[in-house]
Amino acid sequence: MTDYNFAYLDEQTKRMIRRAILKGLAIPGYQVPFASREMPMPYGWGTGGVQVSAAVLMPEDTFKVIDQGADDTTNAVSIRRFFQKTAGVAVTEATAKASVIQTRHRIPEEDLREDQILVYQVPIPEPLRFLEPSEVETRKMHSLEEYGLMHVKLYEDISQHGAIATAYAYPVKVEGRYVMDPSPIPKFDNPKLEMAAIQLFGAGREQRIYAVPPYSKVVSLDFEDFPFEASKADHPCDLCGATDSYLDELIVDDDGGRLFMCSDTDYCQGRRAAGHVGAQGVPIEEDAA
Amino acid sequence: MYVAVKGGERAIDNAHAWLAEERRGDASVDELSVPQIREQLKLAVNRVMAEGSLYDPDLAALAIKQARGDLIEAIFLIRAYRTTLPRFGGSVPIETEAMACDRRVSATFKDAPGGQMLGPTFDYTHRLLDFKLAAEGDVPAAEEAEARDAQTPHIMSFLDREGLIQPETDSDTTPPDLTRTPLELPATRDLRLQSLTRGDEGFILGMAYSTQRGYARNHAFVAELRIGVVPVEMDIPELGFAIEIGEIEVTECETVNQFQGSKTQPPQFTRGYGLVFGMSERKAISMALVDRALRWKELGEDNLGAPAQDEEFVLYHADNIQATGFLEHIKLPHYVDFQSELELIRKLRREAQANTAPQTDTSDASGGSLSGKMKEAAE
Repeated sequence: MTDYNFAYLDEQTKRMIRRAILKGLAIPGYQVPFASREMPMPYGWGTGGVQVSAAVLMPEDTFKVIDQGADDTTNAVSIRRFFQKTAGVAVTEATAKASVIQTRHRIPEEDLREDQILVYQVPIPEPLRFLEPSEVETRKMHSLEEYGLMHVKLYEDISQHGAIATAYAYPVKVEGRYVMDPSPIPKFDNPKLEMAAIQLFGAGREQRIYAVPPYSKVVSLDFEDFPFEASKADHPCDLCGATDSYLDELIVDDDGGRLFMCSDTDYCQGRRAAGHVGAQGVPIEEDAA
Repeated sequence: MYVAVKGGERAIDNAHAWLAEERRGDASVDELSVPQIREQLKLAVNRVMAEGSLYDPDLAALAIKQARGDLIEAIFLIRAYRTTLPRFGGSVPIETEAMACDRRVSATFKDAPGGQMLGPTFDYTHRLLDFKLAAEGDVPAAEEAEARDAQTPHIMSFLDREGLIQPETDSDTTPPDLTRTPLELPATRDLRLQSLTRGDEGFILGMAYSTQRGYARNHAFVAELRIGVVPVEMDIPELGFAIEIGEIEVTECETVNQFQGSKTQPPQFTRGYGLVFGMSERKAISMALVDRALRWKELGEDNLGAPAQDEEFVLYHADNIQATGFLEHIKLPHYVDFQSELELIRKLRREAQANTAPQTDTSDASGGSLSGKMKEAAE
């Protein structure tokens, strides 16, 4: 497509976004307002992540897109195609081969490296939003480091349910300063937020970008007597037998029979290619046939 | 053996092909042309231009055709296209006094210089389906009169001379641009007006209506509503003066509102203002009412806690492209979040049931206890 600039956005817009990214990296966890553009996909479909990816992609990059951990979900396909068309970059499904990975709702199972960037799509960047609807108020709370409301909420969960009733988008504190929404990743992924790669978060509709620099300290909020616990379905993957990966639960027959499989399709595929077979899996050669 | 669902790529291609076929509809019926939409569905075109923030009737008509008549989808197409357009500069503010009015009415004065002119309005039509239109649409030519040559003064200017209306002061500052800078609050009035003019017509109408029904009532009179074409001028640096680069049709509404006075202001009339691309008078009037409601702070009025007074509420929710995108995104896959919720609720229920188990034993055996019922419901 020659009608549009490389990676769709014009260079001035990319510069504006890059400035926001740099500011975000300089103040880990702080939500930087940016002049989000109207993209040719709907708000809520990852326009923030798409703008961040457009601003960081270089022609030599290899791009991977996952949604719910999978490369083949329809919206991941759509975003990957968008950049194939507008940037002409190489694309991959292999986590290790990608230099930029855009994700919705998951962190890949495989450890990321220093030469990789993980771009998150963020629906509601404000971790305090459901406690305080006003943006004016929540910005004030962040600037005063006034996070008592969040701790009260977690405490009330424990007193009501005996546990913290947040399963995804579990709030974290970055570098001991800003409370941050890690986007709606399952809390299973929270420990992985301390990683070697650069993590960039884009919220298009809400016009915010924030970042976690490599090796930053990211602590999931908890109490000494109720420590944070990463959880997942208590099963191995039925296809590859992995016991350390986050699982999707599928209903496979009319009697409500269940099958559990890795949500990270590339991870599952890699294990099966290496010869691992789960309880309901078959070796990968037979599957292909 | 169950193989995980694959085939997102092919599903998308097939869906797009089907969509294209559906858009065309029955191929034995003539296809709509873009000029037909532009000329005969002009009010739809106007709405797409206004909320798309791009004055181009041909593109708006094309968007309506492509969107199968879904106006919000058409607005979205226009917005996405608009993003990619280079910006050459800003125009000189338009002068609506110089408008060639197609319509101009005042609800506050029976007559005023420039006169009242109904123009092409639905107002006094009886809403009876015209079955003749189903057969043929030929119409006899309407009566014509000489166009006014002179400028048409604003009715507000007459109240202004008497000092009865709160004055507006000129400002030389460049207004902020909602599409180029992130929205930050509190917003200035020019920014609020920008947001309102591209906001969803239904939302702005609902907000305005709520003020009429008592949620921050500010009793508005339409001092003037005018619709017509105005020239657009732009300063050309090489020339050193402004030249006309085209003309646009706009609807302007000025309301005059009751005001009892406050600690900071004497009793006087106050203003609300609406300006919208094209012939869009429902939107322009609504905008003026909401504008007035949002001005409570500068006029020293009380905050009554009404939705239309809350600029954060209004500005953050007026944009239908933001709203529809976020609303509709909940149909995208959420397997991962839902899975984590499933695990959590199972865990909480396990614990809750373990806690209530001893009480179940003491109740009757018919399963009448609460925990027994909950278990049944879950299974």
